[in-house]
Amino acid sequence: MVGHFFYIITVFLMIAGLFIIIARGNLIKKLVGLSIFQTSVYMLYIVPGKLVGGTAPILSSQYTLYSNPLPHVLILTAIVVGVATLALGLALAVRIREAYGSIEEDEILARDHAVRATEAAKEEYA
Amino acid sequence: MSLAQHLPALQVVLPLISAPLAVLLRRGGLAFVIVTSAAWTAFAIAITLWLQVDTGGTISYHIGNWEPPWGIEYRIDRLNSFVLVLVSGMAAVVLPYSRASIEREIPRESHYLFYAMLGLCFTGLLGITITGDAFNLFVFLEISSLSTYVLIALGRDRRALTASYQYLIMGSIGATFIVIAIGFLYLMTGTLNLADMANNLSAIKSTRPVLVALAFFTVGVSLKAALFPLHQWLPNAYTYAPSAVTALLAATATKVSLYALIRFYFTIFGDSLVFDKLPLPEIMLLLSLFAMFVANFVAIFQTNLKRLFAYSSVGQIGYITLGLSFDSVHGLAASIMHLFNHGIAKGGIFLLVGGIVATLTTRQGIPPAPTFERLAGLAKQMPITCFGIVIGGLSLIGVPGTAGFISKWYLILAAMEKGQWWLVGAILLSSLLAIAYVWRFVEVAYFRAQPVDQVSRGEASLSLLIPAWLLITATIWFGFDTSFTVGSALDAAHQLMRSAR
Repeated sequence: MVGHFFYIITVFLMIAGLFIIIARGNLIKKLVGLSIFQTSVYMLYIVPGKLVGGTAPILSSQYTLYSNPLPHVLILTAIVVGVATLALGLALAVRIREAYGSIEEDEILARDHAVRATEAAKEEYA
Repeated sequence: MSLAQHLPALQVVLPLISAPLAVLLRRGGLAFVIVTSAAWTAFAIAITLWLQVDTGGTISYHIGNWEPPWGIEYRIDRLNSFVLVLVSGMAAVVLPYSRASIEREIPRESHYLFYAMLGLCFTGLLGITITGDAFNLFVFLEISSLSTYVLIALGRDRRALTASYQYLIMGSIGATFIVIAIGFLYLMTGTLNLADMANNLSAIKSTRPVLVALAFFTVGVSLKAALFPLHQWLPNAYTYAPSAVTALLAATATKVSLYALIRFYFTIFGDSLVFDKLPLPEIMLLLSLFAMFVANFVAIFQTNLKRLFAYSSVGQIGYITLGLSFDSVHGLAASIMHLFNHGIAKGGIFLLVGGIVATLTTRQGIPPAPTFERLAGLAKQMPITCFGIVIGGLSLIGVPGTAGFISKWYLILAAMEKGQWWLVGAILLSSLLAIAYVWRFVEVAYFRAQPVDQVSRGEASLSLLIPAWLLITATIWFGFDTSFTVGSALDAAHQLMRSAR
């Protein structure tokens, strides 16, 4: 149980993130969920690479226990990707807010439907 | 070392460098020249690599001279040399087209950013295809995805923004699923090199983490490839993106994701795990049939031409996965062929539809949606464009003499090999649905009278027609001369099935 503690946290974050994405209609909150979801994957990589008492892989007679550096490097890349995704998502949210005046998913959909309805009415009238 | 030895690296590096150069130059014209020449060079390199693989066998390139499995390896075999030709070829055709096409769709001051994004987009797609390293694959996937979100958001309709946002959420979930899968595989094998991973996996194939990795990978890639029912992002994204972007995406993005699926199934997991021990063929068969029928059926009732062909894409992806589910050389070859044949046909169609949108647009105006009311009697005004779309449509149906027929023929052959006669009927029946949606266009464009109050329009400009017709001609060409498509696909399928055993 204790040995799996960090994995349980990882899975909890993963599910929580996915749940927020699905359950929330606010575009910003969805991005928060996406970030939590992506962060859980960082844990998934880092946790198995870390050994208790392990050091950085430096060749020296004093150290025999090393943590695996590769997952850390990979996750550094994944963090950059995550930041880029979040930044782009937020930028899109700003643009959507400028175009629709709202960042609530249902209101945006309603506005699109309203536009479509008036277009259809106009065509019928013409 | 001569330059020729570094072609695999140059394949990705040249387009990658062209993107920041385009941003630094800040001039639409210069950026266009740089990215287009990078795309053409990439196409030339892809053809050279294809020839090299054809004569000399698999190429393994070690980035920075680090030996795999420690360093990153670019590994080019029959399958990805073929996909490289498709991706770089499409980029080489779409880029010259985009210059005239974005003139009215994107504000002039951000043209250079458009070219930079397009450069990054096909860099990512080429990278996914060429790399032999699992994490490298994810990084390239994100490069192509992030630039794709931006490209879609450049559409003038405000719904392009919501489409892009929706795709960003779905795409990021898909990509994260793929990282989770790669993480599990790395935990189990201790390597990221695909070939090495496949070796290490053979002993521990049925362990639970490997199965979990398989599940995550399948769902993640299916999201990116818009496999039914995970296609929700695709119709909006294709409909509201700028025309050139739609064509590039339809022809390459989903195809490259499907390539990744084939690569992981056959090279890494091996088909004994994927297809014999798990009910995956049955699931895939079912989903493919749903895609073929539901998406094609929905396509018939669309009023927007772009959206119609977007749903048709979802349906066509069903044929590709149907070929995979047979787990036979002919089925796999049919899938690989259809990647290519559908890519060029759909790319050509979307380029021509982009020509229609361009002529509908008044200067400075927002491009109107190509709805059927606006297209009535179009064939009189734009005969060359309409004829091209009809030929592309015939290829989607699978009429003999077009490329689409060849891949459907092999698909039917594979179904008969398995003794699944009812599937032959299903393939033919779903093609009838394709006839229905292509006929809707024919009926509106050729037989409906032109509205009286409509301003008469001319044919699309030559700079839009020539690239589109190149692809339409290729569709007919590969319907007759199949040595390249069928030859490559069969070789690739043989190679994959051998390695999977």
